Amino acid sequence: MAFPNSQATTYNDKVVRQFAIMTVVWGVVGMLVGVIIAAQLAWPELNMGISFLSFGRLRPLHTNAVIFAFGGCGLFATSYYVVQRTCQVRLFSDKLASLTFWGWQLVILSAAVSLPLGFTQAKEYAELEWPIDILITVIWVAYAINFFGTIGTRKVKHIYVANWFFGAFIMAVALLHLGNSAALPVSLSGMKSYSAYAGVQDAMVQWWYGHNAVGFFLTAGFLGMMYYFIPKQAGRPVYSYRLSIVHFWALIFTYMWAGPHHLHYTALPDWTQSLGMVFSLILLAPSWGGMINGIMTLSGAWHKLRDDPILRFLIVSLSFYGMSTFEGPMMAIKTVNALSHYTDWTVGHVHSGALGWVGLVTMGSMYYLIPRLFGQKQMFSVKAIEVHFYMATVGIVLYIAALWIAGVMQGLMWRSINADGTLTYTFVESVKASYPFYVLRLAGGLLYLSGMVIMLWNTVKTATAGRSVTVTIPTVVAHA
Amino acid sequence: MDILYLLVPFSVGLIFFIIGAVWWAIHSGQFDDVEKEGERILKD
Repeated sequence: MAFPNSQATTYNDKVVRQFAIMTVVWGVVGMLVGVIIAAQLAWPELNMGISFLSFGRLRPLHTNAVIFAFGGCGLFATSYYVVQRTCQVRLFSDKLASLTFWGWQLVILSAAVSLPLGFTQAKEYAELEWPIDILITVIWVAYAINFFGTIGTRKVKHIYVANWFFGAFIMAVALLHLGNSAALPVSLSGMKSYSAYAGVQDAMVQWWYGHNAVGFFLTAGFLGMMYYFIPKQAGRPVYSYRLSIVHFWALIFTYMWAGPHHLHYTALPDWTQSLGMVFSLILLAPSWGGMINGIMTLSGAWHKLRDDPILRFLIVSLSFYGMSTFEGPMMAIKTVNALSHYTDWTVGHVHSGALGWVGLVTMGSMYYLIPRLFGQKQMFSVKAIEVHFYMATVGIVLYIAALWIAGVMQGLMWRSINADGTLTYTFVESVKASYPFYVLRLAGGLLYLSGMVIMLWNTVKTATAGRSVTVTIPTVVAHA
Repeated sequence: MDILYLLVPFSVGLIFFIIGAVWWAIHSGQFDDVEKEGERILKD
């Protein structure tokens, strides 16, 4: 059967351009909300008594905006770009591509309205209420058809490793979303719904979802980016293609059961917690295999790091990936978790992964992609990429160092007991002691946000200086 | 922990699906000449 896209002579880069631009725009928005709530933690009166601006409502807006709007658009852009280039065929369907773009923007806007209004399923990273969940499902199915349809009509026999990661990300997110968001609406005309699960069962499903969202949305998807854009930017093939294959299969075979480490010392049965801990520790191996593979791609060409800021974004993102995939399993050990759980150490850990790994790898990939999408050789200002790199890196270091100190301090204060068995500190004393670190964290966040604003300026300049180009698919290689 | 009656079979099913995918990939020649595949993307 011949599909229309397999006759096309050009790539569909329009949808890639749209998603790439929105990645940068949503990055600024999502990080701005993050900075606002970081300021609220230091100075709570900044919510000005307005319910829409309260921490509890803005926090999910921040997480949804950075993960699903910034990260999501970045994944759409890069997966659509990579799958076309590596399969040497146009996207399966232009209509579905534009449906995924406009539909995804609609999801983001619905989140931006409904979360401040207080509509929430109260499930972390799955806050959006049922009508929006249905919309997400529709768009995700369109995305899956478009992505796998493109793979199915490919002109190159081999499926490049990045596509395996993108494919696993798309399928896993579909399963997780359907599983965790199962809910019964109170009425068809209202937003309110109740989860299909109750009590500890609900908690287990939530963290089965929550941790796999980290594993497949924030890791597998971005590893797909890493395996394409690092070799391209470095001009060298990935260090070991064999290792990348082992990395992929090992990661997806072992990821699914790490979730219970979010529920240590809760009503979840002890053995389930221990199982979660063991699986989390196992994950260190594939994670570090992938990290080493990415970094070693530069082996013999380390000098490129000296004058290529884009490569620096990509390689430093991998070192943060290595750091947080080491820290994560350590924190999943029950005795360590007894200290770290519920403290700001956890928040610091998440941000070392989110700002360091997800953020930097996305920015690096966008800096590679954006000039090419607008017929330019490089970004409008390479100097600005350099400045952005340093602002982002210093921002992350300030942020995570502040929260390491605050987190360990909180954990130690909460567990400290007097000789007579009473608590040494009241809770509010630990909050007061955290104040200087909250201010420091805000400073780190501000730096990171400012870097992103520079990127937006650079992107606008690059886009307006160039024009939308149409790229011809190279005439096909022997093995079709 | 009734939820495990849902999650465990689900995970086991998934593992079989993944095994199927590996089996397909190996037997359809996806991994026949892997080092060359790493080089190819540099030329697209």
